[in-house]
Parts: sequence; C-alpha cells; structure tokens
Amino acid sequence: MSATAPADHGSGHPHGVDEGKRDFLKLVTGAAAAIGVGAIAWPLIDSMNPSADVLALSSVEVDLTPIPAGQGITVAWRGKPVFVRHRTEKEIKEAEDVKLSALIEPQADADRVKPGHAQWIVVIGICTHLGCIPLGNKPTDPRGDWGGWFCPCHGSQYDTSGRVRHGPAPLNLYLPPYAFESDTKIKIG
Amino acid sequence: MAGLNKSDFKNPVVNWIDTRLPLFTLMNKEYAVFPTPRNFNYLWNFGALASVALVLMIVTGIFLAMNYTPDGSMAFDSVERIMRDVNYGWLLRYAHANGASMFFLVVYVHIFRGLYYGSYKTPRELLWMLGVVILLLMMATAFMGYVLPWGQMSFWGATVITNLFSAFPVVGNAIVTWLWGGFAVGDPTLHRFFSLHYLLPFVIFAVVFLHVIALHITGSNNPLGIDVKSPQDTLPFHPYYTIKDSVGLCVFFLVWSFFIFFEPNFFANPDNYIPANPLQTPSEIVPEWYLLPFYAILRSVPNKLGGVLMMFGSILVLFVIPWLDTSPVRSAKFRPIWRALFWVLVASTIALGFVGAHRPEGWWVVLGRVATTYYFLHFLVLMPIVGKLERPLPLPESISRPVISRGGGPLPGGAPAKPMEKP
Repeated sequence: MSATAPADHGSGHPHGVDEGKRDFLKLVTGAAAAIGVGAIAWPLIDSMNPSADVLALSSVEVDLTPIPAGQGITVAWRGKPVFVRHRTEKEIKEAEDVKLSALIEPQADADRVKPGHAQWIVVIGICTHLGCIPLGNKPTDPRGDWGGWFCPCHGSQYDTSGRVRHGPAPLNLYLPPYAFESDTKIKIG
Repeated sequence: MAGLNKSDFKNPVVNWIDTRLPLFTLMNKEYAVFPTPRNFNYLWNFGALASVALVLMIVTGIFLAMNYTPDGSMAFDSVERIMRDVNYGWLLRYAHANGASMFFLVVYVHIFRGLYYGSYKTPRELLWMLGVVILLLMMATAFMGYVLPWGQMSFWGATVITNLFSAFPVVGNAIVTWLWGGFAVGDPTLHRFFSLHYLLPFVIFAVVFLHVIALHITGSNNPLGIDVKSPQDTLPFHPYYTIKDSVGLCVFFLVWSFFIFFEPNFFANPDNYIPANPLQTPSEIVPEWYLLPFYAILRSVPNKLGGVLMMFGSILVLFVIPWLDTSPVRSAKFRPIWRALFWVLVASTIALGFVGAHRPEGWWVVLGRVATTYYFLHFLVLMPIVGKLERPLPLPESISRPVISRGGGPLPGGAPAKPMEKP
C-alpha cells in the first residue's frame, strides 16, 4: 500500500550507488521509451501514405485508335495528366535528328519511346519547372519553337520528344511506366 | 516589478531562454522537485494515466479525422475504408474506440479514489469541481464520437439522447429541433457532432490544465488524508513518482493493447456495423458501458422529466459534495462507517451499470430503483449526517511517522521540525 521508503531516501546521496549500473538502467529505460514512442508514431505517420484504394487506381488502359497523327490526348493517371501523342513522320525525324549536345537534359529520342512504336510518345504532362500543364496536344495550341509543348506559366518549351529545349524548366517531361498491350492499346502504371 | 528570471540552468542556451521565458524553471519546479506526499499508493497513478489517455485520444483522433467524412451518405463507408484501405487505419480506429473505454475506466477509478480519500474537501473544492467539469465534457465528447461511424447504434443513440431534451416543458421540442438542425437526426446533426467532437477534447485539455494548476497550488491529497507538515513527509516528484507513474502506465498500455489486438470489439455493439437506417430501430438500444449507470437512473424514474432531471442531477450533485460532507476527516481509512458506505456506493453504481444493460423488466426495475435511491441518499442525506455523528479513528501525527514506523527505519519519528533533506 503506502511506500515504505528507507530512511535515507530523499537525501540525494544514498550510500553505495553503483554509477555504472545506474547509467545502464537510464540508457535501457530511455531506449525502451524511444522504441515505444517510435512504434506508436509509425502507424500514425504511415496512415498518411497512399491507402490501398488509392494505390488500386494506379493503372489505366488507353485505346490509341481514335488519336489521329499530329494530335495528342490527355488521360488521368494517379490524378496526374499523361500526354499520349501520335507523332507525324516529320515530328519523329525532328526528334531523332537533334544533336544531344544541343539539349538541356541530353537524352536520345529512342530512349523515350518504346521500340517499334516511335510514333507514340507518352509523357507525364507536368512542366518540370513548377508543375503547370503545358499546351500542345491540339494542333491549334501553341507548341513553341520546337513543335512539342509550350508551358503557359513561364514559357518553357518542349520538343516532339517531350525534351525541354527552352527554360526555365530544368528537365525533360517525365516518362510514366507503361507498356503496349497490343499495337493499339497501352497500359499506364 | 517585472524582471528577468534568475535561472539556475548551466547550459547557456537553456539559461538564455529560461531567463526570458522561465519554462525550464517552471517544469523543474512543478514536475521535478515538486514536493509530493511520500505515501502515495498506486491509486494515485490514475490522474497521470488519464492525461496520457487524453493525449493519445487526441493524437489518434487527429489522424482518423484525416480519413473520415462527416456526411450522412459517406460516413459509414469512410469508416470502413479506414478499416480496410488506410495504412494502419484499423489500429488507429481500434485504439481510439477502445481508448474511450480505457479513458473512462481510469477516470472512474480516479473519481472513486477522490471519494474514498476525501480529495474533494477543503482546500481542494475547486480542483474537484474542475474534475466534474472534465467528466461532463468527456461524456459529451464520447457520446458525439459514438455517433460518427453512423451505424444503427450511432443513429439511434443520437436520437434517444437528443430526445432527452424534449422532456423540458414548453421549449423542449424547439431545443431538440435546434440540436438536430432538422426534424430528425440527419446529415446536419452529423456535421455538427463531428465539429464539436473535434473541438471538445481541446476544451478538456484546457480544463485539465486548470485542474493541474489547482492541484499544484493545493498540493496532492494522500492516502492518510492529513496535511503535509514537513519536508520529511514528501518526496520530489522526479524520480520517485515519474517512475511509479511509468510502472502504472506500462500496465495501462498492456490492458489497452489487449483490447486493441485481441478483443477490439469487446466494448462495441454489433448493430453499429449496420449502416444507419432512420426507418428502423434496433431491437435493443444500449449506450456504451461508461454511460450505463446514468442510463439506468434515467429509466428507473417512471416520469420522463423526472428521469432526465435525476440523470443530470446524479452528476451535478458531485459539484456540491465538498459542502455536503460535514466530516473534517478526509480519508475514509479513519472513518469506519463512511468506509462501509463508500463500498455500498460502489456496489450501487456497479449495480446501476448492470441495470442499464438490461431491459427494464421485473427485478431489474426494482434493483434500479433501489440503487438509484441509495445513490442520492448517499450524497444528499448520509454524507451530511454521518459526518456529524461518526466518531473517526485517531489520525496519525504526520505522514512520515506511520511510514517510518512500518518501514522499520531507525529514524526518530515525530520530529517534524527537523527536516531530513539537506538544503
């Protein structure tokens, strides 16, 4: 029931204190408390990560047949716009013939399309500068001096391979993971 | 006169801050060297346990609110999404739902501890009354939280409890319509309950803060109920009671974890996994266990308004017990008659809990009425009378004397003028 403290408790300096043992106990207690707090904190933090139903929406299939050459469409994937563009022969040639040394972020066109499907360029339609959506899918849109996309926010310009050719954007448009399920259908994600 | 705080801290950064904003001095004074009666038993853990429960309820609640939708058509599904899709959502919800029961459990022990050891008596009247305010706020918060999953029990619990106010003459129905924001419990009710359920815990936190300030002005009561007379009677709060509270906290977490991980729906009602249906009442409406005694009092009175008044009165009477109790002796340890009556009160309250869980039929009605009668008799009649008539046992001279004589220490007892602690 009530505490039966020895008489020298509270005097501050009891006799025969094993300092090493006391330090060890403090470290072990502190470590156990830290692990406990971490174990409680982690579920709270992880609950803010994408949930299972959000992750379940992480792939989308796109039918390519309605897209005429020279035009692109925008599809939503994970809440982000993805440009799927049907390039003309001229646009493909322009993209392939560029000297890599002329690029801000050098990357060959062949590395940005799937082999055998060079007429299809699929990029995430978010300007790598500050996140606006560039214009250029429709032939009537401004496409910039390189015929790809033009960002209305700060004037960044991309070529027909989605590579940045004029700043302020520092990087090429990102490529989403995707695969051709048939010649006329892709699956993004 | 305004002036800088003279800080004793050696660390220059701490000292610089402490000189201008004496938080470190304050924490050291109130939680480290704070002189605390040396004879606490484990019942003195429960205030600390309750504050830990409050903090964990707020923390889990904030994260649950990130995933909850307070809309009549989406609330139930959003809770199911928390259970199935949100990372660790099941853990957050089970910790929060069982946490309400754990919070009430430790608070009820805390309250009965105060009743047994006379912690409500002078000079701690205001401290006690702030505690009763916290209890009322907790009940309101818990009730509104129970409505949020928007299952059958949520819906019909909300209907029954809000309808209590219809018992008041003339304005009753207008009040109920106002509470609902419509002509039945519905979407507006759910929205406002969510808003208030998020607000009230912070109000509780503020009142707990006042409760703790008041405690640190009067100092803690103790199992003997006698005042601290000398430094010999006390121990510094740290490390003695930080450690003792930590031991209790570990046990508390074990109990809480047992329910979360092994019996997560022990306190829950299966009807609440059926989405709210305004056209059908479940066959049995039972509140959560921590509200059952009050529910039993409500049903024991055969008059609608009378039942409501008695139910509210059963808590409001706690506000005035510092003045109803006429005995100058705090601890029931030295009051043989009162100690026996305390256990009758405990038995009555538990009996009321069982009565509240059963249909009001047959013997349950009789038991409910007997227990309700005793509950009020205890506070309103026996408390003033027994205090005057009872002959208490002799009180010990000081806290340290019986402790030391039992501990067998060689220290000379009864020397309160000779402080043991070196300056």
